[in-house]
Amino acid sequence: MESHVVVIFPHPDDESFGTAGTIAKFREEGVPVTYLCGTLGEMGRNMGKPTFANRETLPQIRKQELIDACNVLDIDLHMLGYRDKTMEYEDRQEVAQHIKQYIEDIKPSLVITHYPGYAVHPDHNAMGAAAIEAIRMIDEAERPTVWTHAIANNRVDVLGEPDVTFDVLPWFDKKMEAVLAHASQAGGMLERFKSYEGPSADEKKAAQKRLGREQYYIWDFNKA
Amino acid sequence: MEPIQIERVQEKLDSFVNRDVYIHIETTNGAYASHFDKSSYNVGAYVRNASIAFNQAKIVGDGHSYRVGLKMDKGWIYAEGLTDWTMHNGNQLLMAGHDREGRLMVALQISETPFDY
Repeated sequence: MESHVVVIFPHPDDESFGTAGTIAKFREEGVPVTYLCGTLGEMGRNMGKPTFANRETLPQIRKQELIDACNVLDIDLHMLGYRDKTMEYEDRQEVAQHIKQYIEDIKPSLVITHYPGYAVHPDHNAMGAAAIEAIRMIDEAERPTVWTHAIANNRVDVLGEPDVTFDVLPWFDKKMEAVLAHASQAGGMLERFKSYEGPSADEKKAAQKRLGREQYYIWDFNKA
Repeated sequence: MEPIQIERVQEKLDSFVNRDVYIHIETTNGAYASHFDKSSYNVGAYVRNASIAFNQAKIVGDGHSYRVGLKMDKGWIYAEGLTDWTMHNGNQLLMAGHDREGRLMVALQISETPFDY
């Protein structure tokens, strides 16, 4: 059993869309989970549906949504204070040092982050790379296991099948509750899933198809 | 935000003429554009808190979508596709263009005080 799980992603809602089922499973087992969230998603395009946010009100709205989602998932939250869409321009080593302080303090047995280069959004790739760099700097004997989340359409072709697969349907209601806590963002995304299934699609079924499985590649620190 | 009312926005633009102002301008089709649709491209540009002054400002449009141009001593700033506006904190003029799903596509914002970093 894990002693503590740390999730490292750049945006409020990455934790809910990407790993909420996994998180809910760990919490059910009594494993503490901490989310290190890089930014407040200040540059999000979704402003609610119908729109209720604007570029200047969005950061505070998303901050509250993030706090609410973390309460739903019953996890600790640290906001790292970077700005949305700029993670890749930050000094990689500085971000890694910043993350490393949290890892050394929390001493997790498992870290979940994005698979650098296969996580589509530049912030995902940059934060995943910084997180992996942070853990690489830790003595091998002390290093937590790292699970990386890949999103790119070509991930299976290039990386092969993921090492870890969770069917999260038993925790799906909890996951949806966390996703929906991100009210400014969820509407647009759920609508998109529904559009893939055609006009008569059921929203929950469409979401289950897209969000019902959470998969990870175990990072190998000995490769390259 | 609410749909642009051309006279009211022109009035606000005029109030910033020949003053030192901060500009926020951005356009984007999102970081996932080519992920969801292989035939599309990820493009965007973003400037926040550039300090400028303009001596002329005009909003032009067809009743739904608008363009705003700011003439500076040595150059221009313009944004196209603006649909909505609001005054934020009483003194920051926010203008944005949203697509039919309500997603922001373009924004132009003008303020005498810097926008929150």
